[in-house]
Amino acid sequence: MLHALLIINKAGGLIYNRDFTDGLAKLTTNEYLVMAGTFHGVHAITSRISPVPGSSGMEVLETDTFKIFCFQTLTGVKFLLITDPSQPNADATTRKVYELYADYVMKNPFYNPEMPIRIELFDSNVQKLVRQTNATG
Amino acid sequence: MQATGATGMSLEEEAKLVYGVVFSLRNLVSKLSAKPGSDGFISYRTSTYKLHYFETPTGLKFVLNTDPHMESMREALRTIYGQIYVEYVVKNPLMRQLTQSGVHPVQNDLFRGNLQRFVRSLPGFE
Repeated sequence: MLHALLIINKAGGLIYNRDFTDGLAKLTTNEYLVMAGTFHGVHAITSRISPVPGSSGMEVLETDTFKIFCFQTLTGVKFLLITDPSQPNADATTRKVYELYADYVMKNPFYNPEMPIRIELFDSNVQKLVRQTNATG
Repeated sequence: MQATGATGMSLEEEAKLVYGVVFSLRNLVSKLSAKPGSDGFISYRTSTYKLHYFETPTGLKFVLNTDPHMESMREALRTIYGQIYVEYVVKNPLMRQLTQSGVHPVQNDLFRGNLQRFVRSLPGFE
């Protein structure tokens, strides 16, 4: 079950967030912004405190009530998917969201990079992907 | 399994960063969790390591770094707390005096020896 999707730009600003279920606490927009900033900082530090050199930032965070999958693109954009603890291969789903982002956000001539995403086509395609994923498992 | 020295910064500096990460993640998770009173996060994984976290009711935090493919170490951390930390640190009268006068790192050979032995006996330790 996918609970929420967040997209964080390379500066740590939240540019997209959607809840898909009621499985998480309801946060205000402001709290989401703070959360995105915190995550951005923590993500950077986690790669610094690695006991093995050359670590990436955090990829999966596990708690007893949910999991957060984080996929960072080469350009520094982070896709955060909050799922059920039992969700299988959410990694693949983050890649699919990235594809949708490339197709419907980056290829949209009216979109300003680094700014919040308000694009209906992206919205509807993300909804479709989430509905498919939540229906199968 | 030991994190010391591999990051190229001093142990003190590293400890501060680890504490900062753990503290921030704990807050983030408790804010996001719909169920109040859940016990924080269990672990996170990067491409090269996995950090396991366990917090006691008194607010002590136990952190263990392992290979990214390890299963949950929650039980192991609980054992380290209940059967090693409590036995050899908390029940040591000299240690208590030390910790009351400020923050002192645990320097106790019995604790170290038993911790060493326990960690080596865990499945997955090579």
